[in-house]
Amino acid sequence: MSTMFNPAVEAASRDHIESAQAEGLCRLLPRLYAAVPSYREKLDGAGINPGDLSSLDDLQHLPFTLKDDLRAAYPYKMFAVPTRDIVRIHASSGTTGSISVVGYTRKDIRDWSECVARSLVAAGAGPDDFLHIAYGYGLFTGGLGLHYGAEYLGASVIPISGGNTRRQVQFLRDLMPTGGLACTPSYAALLAESALLEGTDLTQLPLRFGIFGAEPWSENMRKSLEASLGIDAYDIYGLSEIMGPGVAFECREKAGLHVNEDQFIVEIVDKDTKLPVPEGAYGELVFTTIAKEGIPLLRYNTHDITRIIPGACACGRTHKRIERITGRSDDMIIVRGVNVYPSQIEQVLLSFEGKLAPHYQVVLTREAALDAMEVRVELAPSFDFDEIRALEQLTQQVRRAIAEALMVRVKMTIVEPNSIARSEGKAVRLIDNR
Amino acid sequence: MAQQLSVFLENAPGRLNEMARVLGETQVNMHALFVADTNDFGVARIICDRTEDAAAALRDAGFSVTTTDVVAVEIPDTPGALGKLFEAIAAAEVDISYCYCVVDPTTKKAVSFCRFKTPNAQAVIEEAGFRIFGDNVFHS
Ligand SMILES: [Zn+2]
Repeated sequence: MSTMFNPAVEAASRDHIESAQAEGLCRLLPRLYAAVPSYREKLDGAGINPGDLSSLDDLQHLPFTLKDDLRAAYPYKMFAVPTRDIVRIHASSGTTGSISVVGYTRKDIRDWSECVARSLVAAGAGPDDFLHIAYGYGLFTGGLGLHYGAEYLGASVIPISGGNTRRQVQFLRDLMPTGGLACTPSYAALLAESALLEGTDLTQLPLRFGIFGAEPWSENMRKSLEASLGIDAYDIYGLSEIMGPGVAFECREKAGLHVNEDQFIVEIVDKDTKLPVPEGAYGELVFTTIAKEGIPLLRYNTHDITRIIPGACACGRTHKRIERITGRSDDMIIVRGVNVYPSQIEQVLLSFEGKLAPHYQVVLTREAALDAMEVRVELAPSFDFDEIRALEQLTQQVRRAIAEALMVRVKMTIVEPNSIARSEGKAVRLIDNR
Repeated sequence: MAQQLSVFLENAPGRLNEMARVLGETQVNMHALFVADTNDFGVARIICDRTEDAAAALRDAGFSVTTTDVVAVEIPDTPGALGKLFEAIAAAEVDISYCYCVVDPTTKKAVSFCRFKTPNAQAVIEEAGFRIFGDNVFHS
């Protein structure tokens, strides 16, 4: 068994976990019904009496909550406690500019901190470690979420936030006797690259682990980050609506993310019928929060696509594992009738490590009523482009590999190193000009 | 061997102009420039003085630059001279990646810059009686 932050909870028996969830659900419904008018309407509309619930199986008959419900509730209409009990606000904005606001009570912050502390310990962190947090601080949950979790664990926090990569590299080099890095995977790739340009080889530093989240990333990206940073890289999952980073996390097995099931009930539903899928099948990821006070949510559909990994994990944790998110059902691009996830493209591009850099963009246009997809990727700075034929061959190989993996023809453009705009938060991978 | 700068140029307006501006501001003197282009990108190959300074200035300005060793062969200014060079190369089955020629208008001397895939190219050319320049083709 590997080290856990809270073994009594993280390795509890399945019976215990499930009876606690059933209890939590039974307490949640009357609370939502009494405190949140939109839930009262929803439950009344579905003919559900909040006192009638008896088991976890009843969950599948309850109404879903969607991102739009939260937007419509702007700013505080879905809060289940008076705002005087709220100690923190976070917010996330959608592509359409609408904003969803979430609030946390003191207990919510404590629970969240514990979830993050569990994630850190699962990645091998302990109270003696430093954590260099290069997630953005502010309304985005990444920075403060990791910050409070690391402090809760007793680690030494370097709250550097995003930006100023030169100083980031300096701090990683000078202020980190032992520890890890937390940021988005694309920012980690940028840091590794900037460090090399400045002559610092991050693999030579005592950096041991990286905790990367807030955007989907692939197994090849893991290999690439582990090699360029000299670390073990772990995925952390979360979204502000449910809590923030720490909803689920990878353990040392790197074989799926454990959901903190004392806090959340996890379901996978079919993306068309919205009915629960058999265990192990893919579908949309749905969470019900059973412990949250500020803004508890019933069956919140994240639209992230994943599955529950059947069977027990070798680490000894008993909480269910979800597979790493490969994409969101609303991130999915439909190109000439074919479903494409940007992460599939990333997986192909990263298999050309050493020739291509992990910075890419997918540009969609419409040509003569047909969808056209262009993949723009940067050449690795070390590639000998003076041999034009080698570069042309590379372009063709990548184009063919993408066509095979995605079953879609793409225009492949290899661009100059450092020409794709770097992001310090979530990377902008998709430009849809259709 | 002569040092050549290769600059990756995306097919975007103004890249070549920008490159020339940076080199000008760095007071680099170009002796030869050859732009190879494809549908999607181009590569500018440059022979200049102060190759290292030029590469650093271009990198600072955000260009991707590599330096490549090319063989600089003196070609007598007579009809058929270049043909003889290629004849020797072909006979020795030396694989050539690319080559371009420049004539110095004052001395009327011609120089051919070649990149080879085969390592023994230089010996083959010298055996065929051609003179090969060192690093300072234009100011020896
Ligand atoms: Zn595990």
